[in-house]
Amino acid sequence: MGHIKILTEHLDREDQHDIDAYESRAGYAAVRKALAMSSEEIIAEVKASGLRGRGGAGFPTGIKWGFVPKNTGKPVYLLNNADESEPGTFKDRALLERNPHMCIEGMMIAAKALSCHWACIYIRGEYAYPAERVSKAIKQAYAKGYLGKKIFGSDFDLDIVVHRGAGAYICGEETGLIESLEGKKGQPRLKPPFPAVVGAYGCPTVVNNTETLATLPWIIANGASSYAKIGTDKSAGTKLFSASGHINKPGVYEIELGYPLLEFIEKECGGVRNGRKLKAVIPGGSSVPVLRADELDGVMLDYESLVKAGTMLGSGGLIVMDDSTDMVEAVMNLLHFYTHESCGQCTPCREGVRWVYKTIGRINHCNGTFGDIRLLKDLCKNISGHTICPFGDALVTPALSFLNKFRSEFEAKIEAATSMHVGSSHG
Amino acid sequence: MKMEKINGVNRDIKVEADLRLSDAAEARIEDLMHRYPCSNSALLPALYIAQEECSWLTDRAIRWVASRLNLPLAHVLEVATFYTMFYKQPVGKYHIQICRTLSCMLCGAKKLTEQVRKRLNLSAGEVSGDGMWSFEEVECLGSCGTAPMVEINDTFFENLTPEKLNDLLNKIEKFKPDLRYSGILEELGKGLEGFPKSSVW
Repeated sequence: MGHIKILTEHLDREDQHDIDAYESRAGYAAVRKALAMSSEEIIAEVKASGLRGRGGAGFPTGIKWGFVPKNTGKPVYLLNNADESEPGTFKDRALLERNPHMCIEGMMIAAKALSCHWACIYIRGEYAYPAERVSKAIKQAYAKGYLGKKIFGSDFDLDIVVHRGAGAYICGEETGLIESLEGKKGQPRLKPPFPAVVGAYGCPTVVNNTETLATLPWIIANGASSYAKIGTDKSAGTKLFSASGHINKPGVYEIELGYPLLEFIEKECGGVRNGRKLKAVIPGGSSVPVLRADELDGVMLDYESLVKAGTMLGSGGLIVMDDSTDMVEAVMNLLHFYTHESCGQCTPCREGVRWVYKTIGRINHCNGTFGDIRLLKDLCKNISGHTICPFGDALVTPALSFLNKFRSEFEAKIEAATSMHVGSSHG
Repeated sequence: MKMEKINGVNRDIKVEADLRLSDAAEARIEDLMHRYPCSNSALLPALYIAQEECSWLTDRAIRWVASRLNLPLAHVLEVATFYTMFYKQPVGKYHIQICRTLSCMLCGAKKLTEQVRKRLNLSAGEVSGDGMWSFEEVECLGSCGTAPMVEINDTFFENLTPEKLNDLLNKIEKFKPDLRYSGILEELGKGLEGFPKSSVW
C-alpha cells in the first residue's frame, strides 16, 4: 500500500513540463475523452470517484460542482486555487513546476463539466518560477489549438489565464481569492452566498485546488471505479503530502490515503534526523492541531482517521518536530505568521491574534504568569467562530493545541519567570 | 500634471504626465486590460509592471497605475499597501527575503538571518549605501521541504547553510545576475548557472 502514482508518475522527468513530452505519455488523452462526454456524465464520474477537495476542507468535488445553478444566463468561471501559502505545504508547487500540462488538462475537464469558457490559475506571487512554467505551458496549448476557440476541434471554447497573487496568505481562502482576482484587497466575503452561486464578477464560480484539478485526467482516463478502489471507503484515492521539519528526506510524497502515519515518517521520509526522538507532528499544515508522538500509534493518513485522532488532514503539509524542539517557541513562530497574515477585516482576528502572539511571546521570554494561560484560552474563545472566514479558527487551533498538548513546557517557562522575579526581588 | 475625468466622474487624481513606462510595459498593460472579464482585475499585474520599471511603488507610480486603469487612487493605494510583494519603500537591486516560518525555523533560518545581517551590516528594511542589497524576514514561501531558504528578487535558493548563502552572495556580487523572473524575462534562470535551485521533488 502507498505507492500508486497518479499525480507523480512522471514528476521527476526533466521534460515533463513540455507539451510534446506530456503528450508522449498519454497527456491530453483524458480531455479528448471528456469532450465527447456530456457535462452531467463528467460530474457523475467525478462524484462516483469519491474525489475530495485537496486544498484542506476535503469537500467532495463532484457535489461542489453540482451547486452551480444552471441556465442563469451568466457565464460560469473556474478558478484554479494555486495560492499555496499554508506553512508546511508545498505540494502544488511541485505539480505546477513539474507537470503544468496536467494541471491545465484537469482545468479543461472541469471547465467542460461546468460549461465554463474562461478559467484562471491564481498562483501565489512568490511562485514566480511555477507561474512562468504554467504560462509557457498555456502558450504551448494555445499554439496547438488546445485552448482558445473550438479546442481539440470540438465545439467547446476555453481560455485560461495565469494571475499572480502578491503576497497574502488569506487569498488562499476562496472568497479572498476572488476579491483579489477582481483587483481588490484579498479580504474574504461572508458566505452565503457561496461562490458557486455568486462568485467572481458576480457570476457562478467554482474554486478548486490545483491538486484536485490535476487528479481529474486520471479519473476520466481510468474511470471513477478505479479511483474509488484506491484509499479507504470515505477517503478515496491518493494524496500528495509535503513533509518537512526534522526528517531525513523532506519532500513531496504521493501515498494512498489510509497509509499509517508513523510508517510514512519512518519509511518514506527516512525517519527523524540525527537519530533523535520524535516529539510531535503537525499532519496537515500549520492550521491543524498538533499531535504528540505518543498519540500517533494506529493513526492513518486519511480524513476520518485524523479527525478521530483529534486533528485534520488539511492540506497534507506534514511538519515533524524532534525532541530538541522548544514547543512554546514553535507555536510563537506560527502565531507570528498569523499575526502578519490577518487581513484586518474582523476585529476578533485582527486584534486577537496580536494578543495571542504577545501572550505566548511573554511566556516564551520568561515574563509570563499562570494567569496568561487563562488569558490565552479566553482570547482564543473570543476569536474562534467570530470571524467572517476560517482564519480566526486557523490561528486558534495551533495556539490551543500546543498549549493543551505541551502544557508542561508553558508552565516550566512561567515557573522559571516566577523564580527569576522572586530571586530578583530578594536580590 | 493635470486633472482627469475617470469613469465619467472627476476624481482627485493628478495624472503624472511625466511618468513614462517603457513601450513594452505599456503594451503589456494594454493587453492585460483585455485578459479578464473585468478590466479591474488588471490592477495587481499592472502594479507589478510599474514596480518592475520603478524598482518600488513610488507615489508617482501608484498615481500612474490609478490613472492608467481608470481606478480611484484610494483604491489603488489600499491594494498596493495590502500585499507584501509591493514595495512601498526602496529596496536594493538584490532584495533578500529570508523565510522565517516554522519549517525553516526548525532547520536553521535564524542562522541565515544572522549571516545576512552580519555580512551586509544592515538592519531589515535598510538598503546598502551602494544600492546593491536589502533584506527582510518573510513568512512561509512554500519551500518547506528545502528549508532553510531565501528568495532573492524572484528566485528561490534552497537547502542553505550560512556558508552556502555566503558563497551565493559572493557569486551574485561577482556576476551580478538578473534574478528578476516575473514576466518580463522569457528565459528561466538567466545568469543563474551554478546556483542552487529546488532539487527535492
